[in-house]
Amino acid sequence: MEFFRIKRDIPFMRHALVFNLVSLATFLAAVFFLFSKGLHLSVEFTGGTLLEVTYSQPADLAGVRNTVAQLGFADVQVQNFGTARDVLIRLPVQKGVSSAQQSNQVMAALKEADATATMRRTEFVGPQVGDELAADGLKALAFVVVGIMIYLAVRFEWKFAVAAIIANLHDVVIILGFFAFFQWEFSLPVLAAVLAVLGYSVNESVVIFDRIRENFRRYRKMNTVEIINNAITSTISRTIITHGSTQMMVLSMLLFGGATLHYFALALTIGILFGIYSSVFVAAAIAMWLGITREDLVKGGVAKKDIDPNDPNAGATV
Amino acid sequence: MNRYPVWKYVIIAIALVVGGLYALPNFFGESPAVQVSAAKPLVKIDTGTLVQVEAALKTAGISADLVALEGNSIKVRLANTDAQLKAKDAIQKTLVPDAANPGYVVALNLLSRSPAWLSALHASPMYLGLDLRGGVHFMLQVDMQAALTKRAESLSGDVRTSLREKSIRHSGINRNGQTIEVGFRDAATLAAAKIVFQDQFADLQTVDAAEGAEFKLTASIKPEAARRIQDQALKQNITTLHNRINELGVAEPVIQQQGLDRIVVQLPGVQDTAKAKDILGRTATLEVRMVDESTEARGAEAGTGMVPFGSERYLERNGQPVIVKKQVILTGENLTDAQPGFDSQTQEPTVNLNLDAKGTRIFRDVTRENVGKRMAILLFEKGKGEVVTAPVIRTEIGGGRVQISGRMTTVEANDTALLLRAGSLAAPMEIIEETTIGPSLGAENIAKGFYSVTWGFLAVAVFMCLYYMLFGIFSSIALAFNLLLLVAVLSMLQATLTLPGMAAMALVLGMAIDANVLINERIREELRNGASAQAAIHTGYDRAWATIFDSNITTLIAGLALLAFGSGPVRGFAVVHCLGIMTSMFSGVFFSRGVVNFWYGRQNRLKTVSIGTVWRPDGGSALKTES
Repeated sequence: MEFFRIKRDIPFMRHALVFNLVSLATFLAAVFFLFSKGLHLSVEFTGGTLLEVTYSQPADLAGVRNTVAQLGFADVQVQNFGTARDVLIRLPVQKGVSSAQQSNQVMAALKEADATATMRRTEFVGPQVGDELAADGLKALAFVVVGIMIYLAVRFEWKFAVAAIIANLHDVVIILGFFAFFQWEFSLPVLAAVLAVLGYSVNESVVIFDRIRENFRRYRKMNTVEIINNAITSTISRTIITHGSTQMMVLSMLLFGGATLHYFALALTIGILFGIYSSVFVAAAIAMWLGITREDLVKGGVAKKDIDPNDPNAGATV
Repeated sequence: MNRYPVWKYVIIAIALVVGGLYALPNFFGESPAVQVSAAKPLVKIDTGTLVQVEAALKTAGISADLVALEGNSIKVRLANTDAQLKAKDAIQKTLVPDAANPGYVVALNLLSRSPAWLSALHASPMYLGLDLRGGVHFMLQVDMQAALTKRAESLSGDVRTSLREKSIRHSGINRNGQTIEVGFRDAATLAAAKIVFQDQFADLQTVDAAEGAEFKLTASIKPEAARRIQDQALKQNITTLHNRINELGVAEPVIQQQGLDRIVVQLPGVQDTAKAKDILGRTATLEVRMVDESTEARGAEAGTGMVPFGSERYLERNGQPVIVKKQVILTGENLTDAQPGFDSQTQEPTVNLNLDAKGTRIFRDVTRENVGKRMAILLFEKGKGEVVTAPVIRTEIGGGRVQISGRMTTVEANDTALLLRAGSLAAPMEIIEETTIGPSLGAENIAKGFYSVTWGFLAVAVFMCLYYMLFGIFSSIALAFNLLLLVAVLSMLQATLTLPGMAAMALVLGMAIDANVLINERIREELRNGASAQAAIHTGYDRAWATIFDSNITTLIAGLALLAFGSGPVRGFAVVHCLGIMTSMFSGVFFSRGVVNFWYGRQNRLKTVSIGTVWRPDGGSALKTES
């Protein structure tokens, strides 16, 4: 089988401006929704109590809401979780009532209303933990960004590092934009997925950059635009197949992983799709605009054929 | 050119064997079991206990698959959960006749069903996290400010006593938060007081200032002393929690320090959270009272008379009744420390108590008046009192250092000191995070994670085989090997597997195939450009390697960040993610090359390789642009 019967290099860079405008528009929309709607943060970040209760028959949400409201807790959210028989109850942090009492009270009241109610899971997070988690998440993001930039700057060149990070951070913002727009729950596993996607889609840029560097060495008559077009064209089949394979795995999680892994898999799906787009169309174009040249990548001049043993790029040549 | 030297095959063979061995226990599953362990340091688990357990099972008519003494516990493996519950009841009845004073913890547990020779190799199944096996997770925050304030309070009392002993006149001692302020009328007394502080209070640092006509000395706890106090408070709380959790009958509780002021408690299998919270949040108090030694009281002690008015009957830890007066002399608040030690003369084990200034004063007065009488130290928990120790007062005790000695073993001394501390030192704790997972949810989560990995793996493998033919099969074998290695490493490290961890496993497999796609695409490209079969394989692997390495490093950076800054579910994800990236580099490149070399390497005149369609554009094309 061969899906990609490409006769000549596809002139990706001719439309670089259009691709980047599309990308910019999506990015701005994501930022807009992030600010206007905000993220629907899970209990882990906001603090509060979460109860997952299962009934033997499809649950009467209004009844559950009533029961909980009678206990005098404010701002209670009740929703189905997974199936019609499972109910998720979310209570914000209440002043003067300890977490222990809160979940016990609610459970007792629900049991009284319907004896088939069984507790599946409770989660309580104090407000102090939530702030820390948010801070730790940002620290992790900063660590990933700086780490990857340093690595790419050493391995390639700073222009590539900048291009790759811009392209991939914009993926992250777009994932967050989706979560804000649809008000999907942003939980800790989703945060993990977002950071994993960042590392993963940088891969994509790395593969293309590797090819660009190799092409600079091999084809001395091509100009930068042709080199980039050739690099993207010759890696496009690998890009699609790899992402397709990863997506198959993610799809399997989406289908079989249940409600807990649902948003995790969703974040990965968006990340993978936009990861392809940004690496192929955005990262290379930014690198091009930043003005990468043959001399940046092929150290020691173009004419020198033999490899310097101290060359950090030596690993990529044959 | 595509041949591996023998040692490379040996490495692959070793990896296969070791990986297979350590992954194996996961396939045997676990069976229900009952675990018996000691609830008190005094209680020993030995072959005698084993005989008791076996006898108990025999009388109840339960046949166990295995009854074994392992380290400090006895494990009884049973065929089903029904037998498990029956066995637990039977053993409990025999070993713990008095539920109020348990000597043993009899807990339900799961035991690996893997054969003994595997266990002998320390090969055990992956450790499942709470979200997969069900249970309770708590995170408790120790109120360090309260611990420091308490310490400052007791120090301010000590300061008052010391100044009085040295006849240094002051115009008042105040505790202001965690600082102690002392006022003086003139500079001379201030200087004298400063010397006292320097000599006697190593934990305090002082600052003096003139305030109008007054001279004021402000003492605060030194940072290093504060750190020590916090450390002690945390350790104390962990010890106390350990003791309390023993009561719950949990087979493998996890009680760990997290950060500077937090404690994580995980109780696998516990469903009764209300009880768990009650026990964790319980406060113990300590009281010192006099033993009633009147004739009526002695009669009551022997069980022949009524307990006299104004006294109460409590039991000692060995079950002997003691009649104590209701009047409380001291409470745990006045006790600053309790440590086991040895008498300098007799070398007997002792328990050494330190009292604060107020406690010292009272204690001196009481002991002076009651030489030769007995004093009882009682610990109250859940409103239930118990006499920890009831020593005879030998002489007047001043100075706040109390030594309890006589008829004690080292273990008993340790135990007593621990109980005394439990009733006094512990800083208040607050539950700041709590998760409860029901057992059915745990089993469902395992199934969900398992199906995600299995179906994802199969889909990828089928696609690879269709698209790359024989090379797809090689890639799939490498992917399966990756999964095997990952499971083996996780089992070996006994890292905790959670649902996000299983998600990471699926994701890592999806990402690991990238390496093989890169290699296979490169080989196709080399073939397309007219390279010979052997040369194409060789250059394909070589050229792809640099790219694979680079891309794995960037993914690893993200994984490490998650590991460093993540907590809870994120960490579970990150561990598997990072390990998976490492194993994928080995399996995707080194191992798959080994398989390819094994298959094709020997054929010198290799004409074609089975890697699916190698499509060539007609004539010259941009793809083939040469310099």
